[in-house]
Amino acid sequence: MTNPVISSPHVHGPANVSNVMLRVAYALLPAIAGSLWLFGWGVLVNLLVASAVALASEATVLALRGRPVLITLRDGSALVTALLLAIALPPLAPWWLVAVGSFFAIVFAKQLYGGLGFNPFNPAMAGYVLLLVSFPQEMTSWAAPAGLRSADLGLVQVLLHSLTGALPADIQMDALTSATVLDTLKVQLGMAHTVNEVRGGPIFGLFGGKGWEVVNGLVLLGGLWLLWRRIITWHVPVAVLGSLGVIATLFHLINPELYAGPLFHLASGGAMLGAFFIATDPVSGATSARGQLVFGIGMGLLIFVIRTWGGFPDGVAFAVLLMNMAAPTIDYYTRPRVYGHTRG
Amino acid sequence: MTKPTSPPTATVRKLWRFHGGLHLPDHKSLSCEQPIQPAILPKRLVLPLQQHIGAAAKPIVAVGERVLKGQMIGQPDGFVSAALHAPTSGTVVAIEERAVAHPSGLTAPCIVLESDGEDRWVELQPHGNWTALDPSELRNLIREAGIVGLGGAGFPSFIKLNPGARTEVDTLILNAAECEPYITCDDRLMRERADEVIAGARIMRHALHARRVVIGIEDNKPQAHAALGAALARIDRSDIELVQVPTLYPTGGEKQLIKVLTGREVPSQGLPIDINIVCHNVATAAAVHRAVERGEPLLSRIVTVTGRGVATPRNLEVLIGTPIDDLLRQCGGTTPTLARLVLGGPLMGITLPHGGLPITKTGNCILALAPGEFGQHGPVRNCIRCGECARACPANLLPQQLYWHARAKDFDHAQDYNLFDCIECGCCAYVCPANLPLVQYYRYAKTEIWAQARDKKKAELARERHDFRTERQEREKAERAAKLAKKKAALEESPAADSEEAKKAAIKAAMERAKAKREAAGIEPQNTENLTADQQRQIEEAEARRATEKKNESANERE
Repeated sequence: MTNPVISSPHVHGPANVSNVMLRVAYALLPAIAGSLWLFGWGVLVNLLVASAVALASEATVLALRGRPVLITLRDGSALVTALLLAIALPPLAPWWLVAVGSFFAIVFAKQLYGGLGFNPFNPAMAGYVLLLVSFPQEMTSWAAPAGLRSADLGLVQVLLHSLTGALPADIQMDALTSATVLDTLKVQLGMAHTVNEVRGGPIFGLFGGKGWEVVNGLVLLGGLWLLWRRIITWHVPVAVLGSLGVIATLFHLINPELYAGPLFHLASGGAMLGAFFIATDPVSGATSARGQLVFGIGMGLLIFVIRTWGGFPDGVAFAVLLMNMAAPTIDYYTRPRVYGHTRG
Repeated sequence: MTKPTSPPTATVRKLWRFHGGLHLPDHKSLSCEQPIQPAILPKRLVLPLQQHIGAAAKPIVAVGERVLKGQMIGQPDGFVSAALHAPTSGTVVAIEERAVAHPSGLTAPCIVLESDGEDRWVELQPHGNWTALDPSELRNLIREAGIVGLGGAGFPSFIKLNPGARTEVDTLILNAAECEPYITCDDRLMRERADEVIAGARIMRHALHARRVVIGIEDNKPQAHAALGAALARIDRSDIELVQVPTLYPTGGEKQLIKVLTGREVPSQGLPIDINIVCHNVATAAAVHRAVERGEPLLSRIVTVTGRGVATPRNLEVLIGTPIDDLLRQCGGTTPTLARLVLGGPLMGITLPHGGLPITKTGNCILALAPGEFGQHGPVRNCIRCGECARACPANLLPQQLYWHARAKDFDHAQDYNLFDCIECGCCAYVCPANLPLVQYYRYAKTEIWAQARDKKKAELARERHDFRTERQEREKAERAAKLAKKKAALEESPAADSEEAKKAAIKAAMERAKAKREAAGIEPQNTENLTADQQRQIEEAEARRATEKKNESANERE
């Protein structure tokens, strides 16, 4: 009897890309649930459209490339990209917005580079930025959170709105949407109001925006669960949130009337999502621990800079893409000292 | 020898950590609870002449010769080589190429011995009073006993017991870690023969003039640790330090163990002796004891036969050259579910196509793996750059970068990332979520680089030879031209250059020279010279006859 001849190692640990991706999806569930409760069915419609388009476009490109379709789809990375993108998009966005973003993210920002593992940029963020820059109006009409809405849409109504843009006769768009806190802050500061004055407004909650801070808190919970399950390490989230907090504190101390405090920044916009889910994307981030710290610090600083002095209300997506560009250089300069070699 | 200064074993001792490493399920309980059983004497033993690093041994017996147990049958060939002895008494039936356990699957020259069942020893020469021996004499005994590193590497031990003229050995480390899962041969050896291990350690220390001895044992072997401690207490020696280290794969790797026990790192591409440390396996120490104090050469070793693919896993004391099938049979045979047969451990062992191959001095474990023992083996995906491999690497390399460059066949960059510091332990591949065959990529890169270096060397040699040949041809051409020019000049200078006499004189001179040369070379002169008068007359008559015959012929033709 001849046994198979294959070289060592002969055993393998339990880790597996599908499991990793699945766990990331699980970690997003609390935030999705919270979003649904606060912003209505739009979130679900976005998720469904994004997932469907992502999986379909990935399957098509794989077939065109002659790669095994089902096995590759099963790694779950397209699904995770779709989820992240869907959460980041406005809940009342038209279906085509979500579809274009999803399609671009999967096809251009991932598959055309060679598929999973070859993309230099985070695909979800690349899709998001494309939409932000190309369709600014649709991207900035955010749904109002539960406490601030004057009307509610049922699932079917949301679907109809998404597909056709039509609203029920008695509901206006104004009743459903409101500006985000970051948007409001930027605009109001531009009109020479102080931070404190703006903070007193109706859309502001304890730390950040009403409702938004809840979603961000749920994202934080999901992120901590990922940390506990060792899907991610502490370096990136701590670096992002830490540097954002530090620089926000610094400027807030310098001039509290012009610069919002650290808690506001951490609880608003995509900071939590960025720290735990976006920047931790292994493919587009830095690899070594020190590299990840540098990556996270750079991202935190950029988020603050773009939010405060940039043209867009939230800087998470741009910050990530900029740091993605820097990741190879960061990797090169943060190589560990190999056993048996002296430093230098 | 300096006075020992290390504290006794019970005090808390500082330990260092190496980067990465894995906590693996150790599966030791499959085989570590039963005592060592002697293997059944096989009918035929196949003894490869090379079971060690270095040159193969030279056979010193002939086919048909009867040999005794312990008789040397292979002599070391050169310095880095080891002797081979007959593991039992019998007859040499063949010295030929046989299949051996090697990843290449190639055959190797072997001495095939048919045992006569009597197991008769050759006359032994024990050296109970080895302290009186010179270290170089000790080393010679160890060399003559054919002892090689029994931890798996098989380096001739006498070389590693030589500190060299300018080196002071600070620490002799005994490697009792046995970090790979499933393997328990060193564990059982220490539990049952701790005294031999300690005795061997003392002999090694004497040969090396080492300042101190440290035995490093993983903490998943409490009974072995206790046994060694008891052995040390029995000889009342507190200068051999027994240290428990945390169980972590690959602590048993020489470089990693040295770091854990001493905090020092072996320089890249260097040896432990470069930092005044020597590391030997505990089984090697026990073999050294037997060789020196009992005069027994290395004839057998303990082999763990384990895995769920074998019915009753246990440790056997096996004669070198025993077919692996015999060992499997003694352990109840393989189960029908046997999926892979491995020689060595699950992370670094080599697969065997079948069990008909012989056990060698370095074969520490036969691992019969059944389905379910391989862990998760999903489809191979793209590298997701997660960095788990770098977190696990005990050499603190960047396996991810090595993978990318090896895959791109960019060998220069792979070497930039210190490819040759990779010890092929398999930690990176074990943790990789994408199931990448990382170690295979590194082996591929290493062998390609070596092949390129060999080709380059051959090309260099060819170029040198070509250059030399061109130069030689030109030199000869120049010499010939010079000679010709000289001759021409000489002819032009002499006055009667063109006249008949000058030419005749030149011809005659040339003929004289040729004759002189022939006589000088001992060539016999032709029989047309130095003729006697009688011979001359015969020739003239023959010539005359030929002349008339010719005239008649032409006359006949005309008619």
